[in-house]
Amino acid sequence: MLSSPTSETLTFECETGNYHTFCPISCVAWLYQKIEDSFFLVVGTKTCGYFLQNALGVMIFAEPRYAMAELEEGDISAQLNDYQELKRLCLQIKKDRNPSVIVWIGTCTTEIIKMDLEGMAPRLEAEIQIPIVVARANGLDYAFTQGEDTVLAAMAHRCPVHYAAENEQGEHGQALEGLLSALPTTEHTHSTLLNTQAPLVLFGSLPSTVASQLSLELKRQSIQVSGWLPAQRYTELPSVGEGVYVCGINPFLSRTATTLMRRRKCKLIGAPFPIGPDGTRAWVEKICSVFGIEPQGLEEREAQVWASLKDYLDIVRGKSVFFMGDNLLEVSLARFLIRCGMLVYEIGIPYMDKRYQAAELALLQKTCQDMNVPLPRIVEKPDNYSQVQRMRELQPDLAITGMAHANPLEARGISTKWSVEFTFAQIHGFTNARDILELVTRPLRRNNSLESLGWAGLVKNKTDQSYT
Amino acid sequence: MKLAYWMYAGPAHIGTLRVASSFKNVHAIMHAPLGDDYFNVMRSMLERERDFTPVTASIVDRHVLARGSQEKVVENIARKDKEERPDLIVLTPTCTSSILQEDLQNFVNRASTDSYSDVILADVNHYRVNELQAADRTLEQIVRYYLEKEQAERFTFVSEPLSKIPSVNIIGMFTLGFHNQHDCRELKRLFQDLGIQVNEVIPEGGCVEHLRNLPKAWFNFVPYREVGLMTAMYLEREYGMPYVATTPMGVVATAECIREMQACINLFAPAINETLVNYEPYIDYQTRFVSQAAWFSRSIDCQNLTGKRAVVFGDTTHAAAMTKILAREMGVQVVCAGTYCKHDADWFKEQVHGYCDEVLVTDDHTEVGDMIARVEPAAIFGTQMERHIGKRLDIPCGVISAPVHIQNFPLGYRPFLGYEGTNQIADLVYNSFTLGMEDHLLEIFGGHDTKEVITKSLSTDSDLAWDVDSQLELNKIPGFVRGKIKRNTEKYARQKQVDKITVEIMYAAKEALSA
Repeated sequence: MLSSPTSETLTFECETGNYHTFCPISCVAWLYQKIEDSFFLVVGTKTCGYFLQNALGVMIFAEPRYAMAELEEGDISAQLNDYQELKRLCLQIKKDRNPSVIVWIGTCTTEIIKMDLEGMAPRLEAEIQIPIVVARANGLDYAFTQGEDTVLAAMAHRCPVHYAAENEQGEHGQALEGLLSALPTTEHTHSTLLNTQAPLVLFGSLPSTVASQLSLELKRQSIQVSGWLPAQRYTELPSVGEGVYVCGINPFLSRTATTLMRRRKCKLIGAPFPIGPDGTRAWVEKICSVFGIEPQGLEEREAQVWASLKDYLDIVRGKSVFFMGDNLLEVSLARFLIRCGMLVYEIGIPYMDKRYQAAELALLQKTCQDMNVPLPRIVEKPDNYSQVQRMRELQPDLAITGMAHANPLEARGISTKWSVEFTFAQIHGFTNARDILELVTRPLRRNNSLESLGWAGLVKNKTDQSYT
Repeated sequence: MKLAYWMYAGPAHIGTLRVASSFKNVHAIMHAPLGDDYFNVMRSMLERERDFTPVTASIVDRHVLARGSQEKVVENIARKDKEERPDLIVLTPTCTSSILQEDLQNFVNRASTDSYSDVILADVNHYRVNELQAADRTLEQIVRYYLEKEQAERFTFVSEPLSKIPSVNIIGMFTLGFHNQHDCRELKRLFQDLGIQVNEVIPEGGCVEHLRNLPKAWFNFVPYREVGLMTAMYLEREYGMPYVATTPMGVVATAECIREMQACINLFAPAINETLVNYEPYIDYQTRFVSQAAWFSRSIDCQNLTGKRAVVFGDTTHAAAMTKILAREMGVQVVCAGTYCKHDADWFKEQVHGYCDEVLVTDDHTEVGDMIARVEPAAIFGTQMERHIGKRLDIPCGVISAPVHIQNFPLGYRPFLGYEGTNQIADLVYNSFTLGMEDHLLEIFGGHDTKEVITKSLSTDSDLAWDVDSQLELNKIPGFVRGKIKRNTEKYARQKQVDKITVEIMYAAKEALSA
């Protein structure tokens, strides 16, 4: 491996932005499953519908709680009244599914024709008596997982207000409880916490199992998680407000973080993300430090997890990775893989919020120093064509890439892992570290089993023509 | 506005991209926002394509909204021209660029002045046409562009001399088409048997420089009704080329198709090589001995299908052909035949007239689902959507038309057209019906195995208690792995000599056992 780390500080490059990623409306796929009483209405064209239909495959057939409000020529040329049209569809949804919230997903088309979704929502909400949350998850502004960010940022406005005053808990608190019990909030009284710790709300959508694993991890340090944004149901959104600490669990949630800080006056804990045992430990430690708690047994716990990963670490050690970049998890994953002993050539990433990811970037830098490897180049808004040229030079052992490039790269002898799997797999916390490596090593293990067959390059060249 | 969950035909630009990326060395540049290049994923995954899909996007973002995309589009065209040296670059509008109403034609004109490649703008309106119509138009547009260019270069209209022996152009073979690759191979075999030379196959694998050879063929052949007709009509109008548009799907239709080809050839044959062709003996031999379908319809197996009720739904080509095969070749009663190609409804109705009890033309899958639930057929022949409707209603379904999943891009040889196609279809029909029958019989006789399985767990005497939380957690785990997780957790708990299972124990067990 390379012995002398080259540059001391991280460098960021920015390319043309001609890269492949999923449209941010794909967030409905996991959010409708997470928020059980929601209905997602994507206001867009056939193009959006076709994408969802193909990207979500079999989910379509399971009577999903999402649909397209497909815009027709009359909607575009304003011959039809947007408000009346949306009202008609929302009433139908109310009748058929009776959700607790309807989320309108604005798309490129609604942006361009300047459809005033934010303006119409409150009126319609009052009229049909169902909360309507508006999120502009469009491809003009965002990439893939940032769709979740826009939805959660919009939801953050709907969280019930947290009343900080601990000392008034006696009379005022009870009165409040009486008042609020009619409202669909669940955990508005956090006063019965373990050590009178300030309330902590975690944000980011995770499968409920992973969410409880992370909560448990904090409970071991006697930190109580008072709520999650989003919760399992819309009616269970956590209360936020002054005095509430918030912490993100995914690197793509910068708008949500900003909204919680600026609009809801919460205090943001800037920590690395709990991906990989190193990230999870740093995440727990950071939260502990904020609450003035000395973490217990974390070091052993991390060591134990690393020990259990030994067989996979043997496979990945010394191998090189190239992230083409499409889901914003890249920095955290790269940091974990470097700690695993891999060499990262390039971290492509759609968008880099250096403030929100500051702690993660610092950990990346530290990890590179500890492992004595050069800092990888971080390429924002990458250009896939140039990346493929660079890959041709570097010949990485593994490319983490979108499906559009995976098969062509495999045919050229470069092993690939489909990046979207990292978005859907369970990768957070100590418990799931193995799942990340399971994904990363899969192409490498496949290579081991096919090694002796000699079929690596499977693209036709001139000499092959004669046999066709 | 329309509430929609599922669509049968995709948006217009998909059709254009399918044409462009089927040709060799043609590059498409989409004028689209980030994420609209989903076509690349489909081509790479469904077709298991080894090469990079020759489609890139000229991204429409906030800057473009503010300043227009002129420079960007022109730059992207110039760049692609340098990088890949394609013969042709097709600028493809999307729904987004349709609304922006920028003068894309102007960008194309500017870019083409100093590029090595030809550059054209796909002439499709996103809000008026669907994927299939757009593909039809784009193919015609490209053919017309090259033929007109050829004529312009020669300064006068010159008609190509016909080839010495009878020859044909196959028009309408596509990337992401339903079994198109296999059909193409089967058709080539058919033409070889008939002594007809295949002049050009477009667009799949075709080369735009060879389009000028199209008029050399004696006639054109359009296997699928949805895409290729416009091109065939253009060639008929401009070059007097006759065309055959009867889909050779099923024994009767294949014979019809071959007879039409015979007529086309005999139009020119006396003048060019002074012989008439007669394909009747070939048809007779193939029908009776090469295809098993004619024999199958006589056999006892097929007799059992007589009067069974079926529903057919798909694109016009496949749904019409399938309806006729079921009704006139197998004696199956088609209770309802339908198509989602609303733009071609009249043709469809005329084709299936007399072969089915009712006709349904809709692109709303709930209507199709309701119809199937109402008529309760013994089998369905439709698209992936109908397969899932069938699953829900417990009715077997054979997939006969796009839209399809990856399992409809088989590696093995599965044509739907020609004589081998008739065998494949017979298998498909027969398997769909017998499987339904088998299930039914099993139900009547009470299932395979009358002994009830008492427990699947390793230990029957479970002495372990699960607390409330852990039980809730267990219930969150999908059913098909729940048993395994329960067993593993209990095994772990026993090793650790714990007798009460909590959520912590569950996670600890996962960590320990997956290690």
